[in-house]
Amino acid sequence: MADSGDHPPRRSICRHTLATRIWHWVNAVTIFIMIGSGLMILNAHPHLYWGHYGANFDTPWIDLPHWPGWLTIPSSYNLALARRWHLTFALVLAFGLLFFMVASLINRHFQRDLRLRRAEVAPRHLWADIKAHLAFRFSDPDRPGAYNTLQKLSYVAVIFVLIPVMILSGLTMSPGMDAAWPWLIDLFGGRQSARSVHFIAAALIAGFVTVHLALVILAGVWNELRSMITGRWEVEDADRGEAA
Amino acid sequence: MSRFLTRRAALTGLAVGAGGLLTGCDKLGNEGPVRKFIFKGDGWNRGLQRLITSRDALAPEFRPDQMSPIFRSNGTRNPNTQSYNAHAAADFSTWRLKIDGRVARPLSLSMAQLRSLPARSQITRHDCVEGWSAIGKWTGPRLGPLLRHAGLRDDARYIVFHCADRFGGTPYYESIDLVDAFHPQTILAWAMNDHVLSVPHGAPVRLRVERQLGYKHAKYVERIEAVASLDDIGRGQGGYWEDVADYDWYAGI
Repeated sequence: MADSGDHPPRRSICRHTLATRIWHWVNAVTIFIMIGSGLMILNAHPHLYWGHYGANFDTPWIDLPHWPGWLTIPSSYNLALARRWHLTFALVLAFGLLFFMVASLINRHFQRDLRLRRAEVAPRHLWADIKAHLAFRFSDPDRPGAYNTLQKLSYVAVIFVLIPVMILSGLTMSPGMDAAWPWLIDLFGGRQSARSVHFIAAALIAGFVTVHLALVILAGVWNELRSMITGRWEVEDADRGEAA
Repeated sequence: MSRFLTRRAALTGLAVGAGGLLTGCDKLGNEGPVRKFIFKGDGWNRGLQRLITSRDALAPEFRPDQMSPIFRSNGTRNPNTQSYNAHAAADFSTWRLKIDGRVARPLSLSMAQLRSLPARSQITRHDCVEGWSAIGKWTGPRLGPLLRHAGLRDDARYIVFHCADRFGGTPYYESIDLVDAFHPQTILAWAMNDHVLSVPHGAPVRLRVERQLGYKHAKYVERIEAVASLDDIGRGQGGYWEDVADYDWYAGI
């Protein structure tokens, strides 16, 4: 493990636990499939409504474009196959989240890495964090392994809000689940409202993925990729702090 | 500079990779182990839903003021066969609904007989597999007591609904299991929104199976068959859309 004396010592830390890494990659595949097959399903009726009902003679709040084949799974119109993809991987998404939540409570990932301190969400600190992002500084040299505040906020939003909303609004579209758990209908104010919320939350997740990928590239693709595969993340020298 | 190139290479890689992945998904969905995997979800979702749903859990029912102003029709809007048109011309007074297959006492009911049976009315939401929903009122006798009257044999597992409409020459049919067949809201509807069922909505009688999607709600029903297995019906997948386009047999989701 010892570095040879000729090279400056390079420190690497274990940034991601095995549970986090497994969930990350399973989720990467799952979200990709869910968005692609979801857009294909949406192509069957690309109009969204609020309330319990909504069909061709009712007034949608939004008429969506027809999603092109390079964005959908499968690439040519096939509602049945898109549903096979979507409804099977929905189970992977839901039980994957459950696995990750239990594992992250046990290995204390949530308590250690994602807990937001009061001082962190103070406007002054948030503003400083935004400025640091604009300067492409994403980690604190004093605590290199810690997530920055915007990072924590976005992960918390995805893990505890967006994906649970996706799952619950998805379940609300199931007539079988509406009989089993009628409170789902009350939660969203109707099946068509749930369908609208499902789309909005999916758009936010797609936005998260886009920003996430951009930041991975800006923060250094290979270091970030390696840390999500092996767990090891190389710490930058403090004096090169402004480097991306 | 080299870092810039790395970034650009990475971005290009991501774009090409995403495109490649999507093309790959078509192949994976059409053959091989991934297709097998995604076709397992039908049974998994059915099993999970049945596990957490009580047999008699009711689909939500609505107030009259919550009904859709216009309830669109879908699928076959008119079977338009010679024999169907003859029945329609006679106001379906000549229509017979047969109940047979794995039953002790096969039945053949006229519409007058069907309408004289104790009926259930329910205002429910109809969910199409395409994504839209419409709320309407349905009236008709419950299927469960009719099946009891016919006397299901011990080996009956599924109830098949044979319809008068044809899709490209192929008869439409659908099937449900006994849990849904005996569900309190599963009715043979002969009225919709307090009017005699219209042709676009399945005259003279259609199935309502309220915990499943629209394509399970067979219209123009002329024969109800109790079977031990779905293998010998149609192409064996349990319904017209299941046979011709790989739709899930369990449409509770």
